[in-house]
Amino acid sequence: MRKGSAKAVSTGKRTCAQKLQYVKKNWQLYVFFLMPALLLTIIFKYIPMGGVLIAFEDYNVIDGIFGSKWVGLEYFRRFLSSPDFMNYLVNTLKLSIYGLLWGFPIPIILALLLNQIRRAGIKKKIQLLIYAPNFISVIVLCGMVRMFLSPVGPLNKLIGSDANWMTMPAAFRTIYIASGIWQTAGWSSIMYTAALSNASKDLEEAAVVDGANILQQIWYVQLPAIKNIIVIQFILQAGNIMSIGFEKAYALQTDMNLPASEILSTYVYRIGLLNGDYGYSTAVGLFNSVINVILLIFVNWVVKKLNDGEGL
Amino acid sequence: METAKKKKYTASDKAILGIGYVLLGAFVFSILIPLLYVVIASFMDPNVLNSQGISLDIRKWTVDAYRRVLENNMIWRGFANSFFYSVVFTIISVLVTLLAAYPMSKKEFVGRNFFNVIFLITMFFGGGMIPTFILINQLHLVNTIWAILLPGAFNVWNMILARTYYQSIPKELREASAIDGATEIEHFFKIMMPVCKPIIAVLALWSFVGMWNSYFDAMIYLNDAKLQPLQLVLRSILVQNTPQPGMIADIQSTAQMAKVAELLKYATIIVSSLPLLIMYPFFQKYFDQGIMVGSVKG
Repeated sequence: MRKGSAKAVSTGKRTCAQKLQYVKKNWQLYVFFLMPALLLTIIFKYIPMGGVLIAFEDYNVIDGIFGSKWVGLEYFRRFLSSPDFMNYLVNTLKLSIYGLLWGFPIPIILALLLNQIRRAGIKKKIQLLIYAPNFISVIVLCGMVRMFLSPVGPLNKLIGSDANWMTMPAAFRTIYIASGIWQTAGWSSIMYTAALSNASKDLEEAAVVDGANILQQIWYVQLPAIKNIIVIQFILQAGNIMSIGFEKAYALQTDMNLPASEILSTYVYRIGLLNGDYGYSTAVGLFNSVINVILLIFVNWVVKKLNDGEGL
Repeated sequence: METAKKKKYTASDKAILGIGYVLLGAFVFSILIPLLYVVIASFMDPNVLNSQGISLDIRKWTVDAYRRVLENNMIWRGFANSFFYSVVFTIISVLVTLLAAYPMSKKEFVGRNFFNVIFLITMFFGGGMIPTFILINQLHLVNTIWAILLPGAFNVWNMILARTYYQSIPKELREASAIDGATEIEHFFKIMMPVCKPIIAVLALWSFVGMWNSYFDAMIYLNDAKLQPLQLVLRSILVQNTPQPGMIADIQSTAQMAKVAELLKYATIIVSSLPLLIMYPFFQKYFDQGIMVGSVKG
């Protein structure tokens, strides 16, 4: 995602006439190559951005976005003082922060372990297997979770109880995070595995000659080789804690576990699309995106500091 | 031979390796066991499944659940819809993304920074669920396939991956084809596309899997049962716990119906997940490459 501005300067400043000539000569690049993406972006991304005005109006379909009554920050005042909203905000943050803390180290450990396997055939088979859950859909994953944890399901048969886990708010986060690790940890390890296999073999051999044991090799050779990717991945994921997805949380919700499972995105859906309170839910959504943008700008700033001035 | 090249491990190394392999083994089993359980459970007799769970007595296994699932029209229609949406979406999305990435990969492209900012902003900020819903509604796209195919077709992140890939291709290629008088369009389709197979494979796989496995857009935009993709059919069976009536219509007692419905979930999972699970190993060789392009520049 680098902006390439430094390089663009090196090609020299061009005059307006030169630029115009370039556009004329290369009109295909604009009309044929760029136009479809640009149209889709304007229509489906920028027009809805204008639609956030609804967050400040008493929107109704007949008067439209520009004709509805202006209510200012009314909705923001309303939800910021609502204990429900605070609860959902905390749910959102807890779910993603705990998910990050539990889920982040596992792919790295997996990659380091896989890296120790010398037989390429076995390694490949293990990789193929641990990637598999990534290709199972959210709905199927949540269906499996619901079946395994049902009162008559295999987990209860195994431990000899008849608890209904899906109705327990206290169990929701564990279910969500553990199933997430099951589904994505293997797949997320690819990046580290690939970086490790590109790491310098010479350095590793030198370490072996110096009598380094396996832990020392990992600490002094392998971890430094993937350090940059680890840092960037962590910061990126930390920047996304407010944009935790709708689909899985919604598919794992039951009426009973809502106190823990209702997060901002499902709340927006419920009050907006199901209850038809467009203005209020748009305001909540806008609040969510604004925090997200602030987080990402901060993250980008951190990455720039760490990455020799290269931002995202 | 190979053993000669192998490093010699000390006793403590062997112990550490042993612990490591045990951990890895535990992880592999934790992936494998739920999958195996679903496979075996799908062959059970509904009464056995209900009372004792799975049994490894193969002689008593039955394919009854598969028969019921495969005879169901909703499942087949869901498959057909999902396949159609995923193929069309993949074609549109990969094409639009590859096309846009091409000029954006050229350092001398006038307006590059401007367009870059336009695209990047959408990665950080969006109108959100309700304004998008209102827009789709006003464009009269509700209950048409375009509501789920168009809004996400241009993916900025994928564009960045493709752009990075293009930049790794020597510029001389374009210079040579320009001398031969090829236009940018000809150059793109005749020269670039074949060279870019790995990145095309990765983007196509991701687009296809993404569309195949998603349900949110279809849930809010496609109310017509005839248009619903597989994931929505699965949602009603697996999450909302309402089996397709046709699957268990012949069963008399309500208690037996519930048992069979539970069994059918297992078979439904296998039937619906198999296509992707069979397909993805063929793309494995492209994974590392695609991921690396992303992580290096990411």
